[in-house]
Amino acid sequence: MASQEMEQLVRREYKEGFVTDIESDTVPPGLDENTIAFISKKKGEPEWMLEWRLQAYHQWLKMTPPSWAHLDYPPIDYQAISYYSAPKRDEDKPQSLDEVDPKLLETYEKLGIPLHERAALAGVAVDAVFDSVSVTTTFKEKLHEAGVIFCSISEAIRDYPELVKQYLGSVVPQGDNYFTALNSAVFTDGSFVFVPEDVTCPMELSTYFRINAANTGQFERTLIVCESRAQVSYLEGCTAPQRDENQLHAAVVELVALEDASIKYSTVQNWYPGDEDGKGGIYNFVTKRGDCRGDRSHISWTQVETGSAITWKYPSCVLRGKDSVGEFYSVAVTNGRQQADTGTKMIHIGEGSRSTIVSKGISAGRSEQSYRGLVKVGPRAKGARNYTQCDSLLIGDTCGAHTFPYQEIGNSTATVEHEATTSKIGEDQLFYCQSRGLSEEDAVNMIVNGFCKDVFQELPMEFAVEAEALLNVTLEGAVG
Amino acid sequence: MNDDVQRFLDRLSERSAQRGDEPTWIAARRQAGAARFEAMGFPHRRVEAWKYTDVRDIARTDFALTDDAEFSPAAAAALTLPLDAHRLTFVDGVFAPALSDLGNLPAGVQVLPLSQALEENHEAVGGPLGRLTGVDFSAFAALNTAFFEEGALVRLAPRTVVDKPIVLQFLSRAGEQPVMSHPRILVEAGGRSQATLIEHHAGEEGAANFTNLVEEIILDRGAILTHYKLQEAPLKDRHIASIQVEQGRDSRYTSFNLNLGGGLVRNDVVSDLNGEGAEATLHGLFYGQGRQHVDNHTEVNHNAPHTRSSENYKGILDDRAHGVFNGRVVVKRDSQKIESEQSNANLLLSDRAEVDTKPELEIYADDVKCAHGATTGQLDEEAVYALRARGIDEQTARGLLTLAFAGEVMELVDLDAVAERVELTVAGKLPERFNLAGLVEAAAALNED
Repeated sequence: MASQEMEQLVRREYKEGFVTDIESDTVPPGLDENTIAFISKKKGEPEWMLEWRLQAYHQWLKMTPPSWAHLDYPPIDYQAISYYSAPKRDEDKPQSLDEVDPKLLETYEKLGIPLHERAALAGVAVDAVFDSVSVTTTFKEKLHEAGVIFCSISEAIRDYPELVKQYLGSVVPQGDNYFTALNSAVFTDGSFVFVPEDVTCPMELSTYFRINAANTGQFERTLIVCESRAQVSYLEGCTAPQRDENQLHAAVVELVALEDASIKYSTVQNWYPGDEDGKGGIYNFVTKRGDCRGDRSHISWTQVETGSAITWKYPSCVLRGKDSVGEFYSVAVTNGRQQADTGTKMIHIGEGSRSTIVSKGISAGRSEQSYRGLVKVGPRAKGARNYTQCDSLLIGDTCGAHTFPYQEIGNSTATVEHEATTSKIGEDQLFYCQSRGLSEEDAVNMIVNGFCKDVFQELPMEFAVEAEALLNVTLEGAVG
Repeated sequence: MNDDVQRFLDRLSERSAQRGDEPTWIAARRQAGAARFEAMGFPHRRVEAWKYTDVRDIARTDFALTDDAEFSPAAAAALTLPLDAHRLTFVDGVFAPALSDLGNLPAGVQVLPLSQALEENHEAVGGPLGRLTGVDFSAFAALNTAFFEEGALVRLAPRTVVDKPIVLQFLSRAGEQPVMSHPRILVEAGGRSQATLIEHHAGEEGAANFTNLVEEIILDRGAILTHYKLQEAPLKDRHIASIQVEQGRDSRYTSFNLNLGGGLVRNDVVSDLNGEGAEATLHGLFYGQGRQHVDNHTEVNHNAPHTRSSENYKGILDDRAHGVFNGRVVVKRDSQKIESEQSNANLLLSDRAEVDTKPELEIYADDVKCAHGATTGQLDEEAVYALRARGIDEQTARGLLTLAFAGEVMELVDLDAVAERVELTVAGKLPERFNLAGLVEAAAALNED
């Protein structure tokens, strides 16, 4: 292939783009009470849910978007967004992999994603590729036996209204911030997980296996409740770059852990980061919060963030229960023109509550990355303990790495530690690897993977392997 | 506009009417300061830089201005640091010649009250004044620019080394109506000059005044300045200090920011490392008790390659005191080969005390080694155990370790008079339960071993 063609292929724009699908039941762009009523009606929701949405909408109208983050993006026109579009019919989807952007397929290849999964990820009509029903059915049976509820939030509103009423918005109130108010008003889908008392969920739950997961929508709402002594591990997203027609994402995730319950929430986010100038990438404004309501409850967030043009995300733990434990492990990689402002909040309220924060940031290209975290210890949190470590690695001299850790300590028996370092890959480390026959790129990959090891260890096995591959792909071209 | 802002502006017009004619540039700066202050108003807690510090107590108090500098010489002597020094004393911001002693200043060294310097040659002073800490620095700097009258000018000719420390002493008086003062300090250190500057704030018990200090320090190539700020103002005094340092090539700035007094204290220390090889070392110690509020904001800007900074702030907080530390290190694009270290450690002695700390790093270059850390906690139980194993009772052991915690900063102080004053004050502030009498005995016993 001529090098010019090659160039063209590489520079080729994301073919799937952000097109608006003109279907009869798509609402025109814009947001008002009618849009919300339309969404609620489409979802067949009860009256109270509509009221709840409208309440959020009215709060949203009075709010202004946050401007404190170390991010730079043009103002978003919320009236230009379409807030509901029905799931695509199969005939509108690409009918085979041949119709999919070759660049996307190339990335799948590098990530080692199995053939049949590639099609699903690229949005090819599922039935045409493989039969997912059998997998899902066995899966559902097993969960049902255990008593675990795992369904979309819309189904949950219909089938388990009492549970939803009790917990929805109890961790992240509608008016918590600008984006939660927006999400509460217009969310269209997401997951609901309920694990009853004494049950350990027999398998790791993943959005990937949920029926209809293909169109989770841009305003996702997830609610996970673990009753006393229950346990669950939840995986969100996947390593493959996901095709998505919506530029703005404002998800809300709420976790509730009662006494002795344990929730592990792992995320791999690799949405479209935009072209070389950062145009067209996903804006990701996420509010994730876990409430350790019961004594000795445990919530753990693990995230690998490599995609999106703008990331605004602070998975948090409210450590209300006595001796409750919160954890946050994060790897964030930015390249090109990506900007990420991410971190966590650990709010210690209960006596003896403990938290650990390990954050690894890698910036390359012309990207900007910030760690922003809060550790707050209330006056009643006797003996509270926090350990925070956030390290940044800089690749190239045109990127930025910033750290903004807040500590608010109001208890004399608390012990809070924060450590942060910023450096580039050591020349001697590189030299050592290269002198043993590794190429520069492999050497960098190895060093970077070592840098992130503390976090990868926390990921479920199969995720960890993919995450390493993902890191290498994301940093491609950053060195040299 | 807000009533509080108006009250301050009214005071300003009263003052201007009394003052008579001034050089036009001064009048113009005052106007700019007043306009900026009026536009900004007092900072509120929704502003990130003032998130943890509420200045309503300053805004709502009606402060008078004073013109007399009377202070009992005996009382002043008790407060003055026992040091052989070149000394300027100000009482509520007004220069007190009777309490000052400049001695024989070496050739090439100028230490003057600002009013005198302006009178003698206002044009030469006017140039650098306000260049670093202008009206945009903060509402308080703008307020200072509108009101400033007195302060100090320190000028060192190239290659001069000042033999004795230069002490700027600020005394606060107890009176019926609280007063405010807006001193301005300007330090210009020529190439390879060297000096020690001690800024000492103290006063009569019961004083409840407001000091709004602006300090600009310009270090030319290779200049070395050690700057002590010993703030032991009366416990009801309000103290706001905006300090900005500009460092040329290979200059060294070492700061000891020691805060033991004051009811509401806010220090902003900004160092701009503009020349290659410049180095800033910032040490800090603060002790809060009762309802004291001590806020330290520092900012180091690595604007040139091969610059270094290190910072170590320590805080001890008891009762319902509130401590704030915000350390910011910024490495500009293309400022390569930077080394920066920052640490903040806090000790909480009471469950009602609070500390908010934020060590920030903002880095736009890649060949850097930057680290920061912050810890908050209680005394190391193993250290307590180790002392107890040597026959020291638990409370005494805790007292000793608290002193030692402060000692980590104080042991770097070269001037014994300053170190002793701080150590004694800290010992005197320790809670009674720490068994002070026993402490002295224990210290003596340890020394004998």
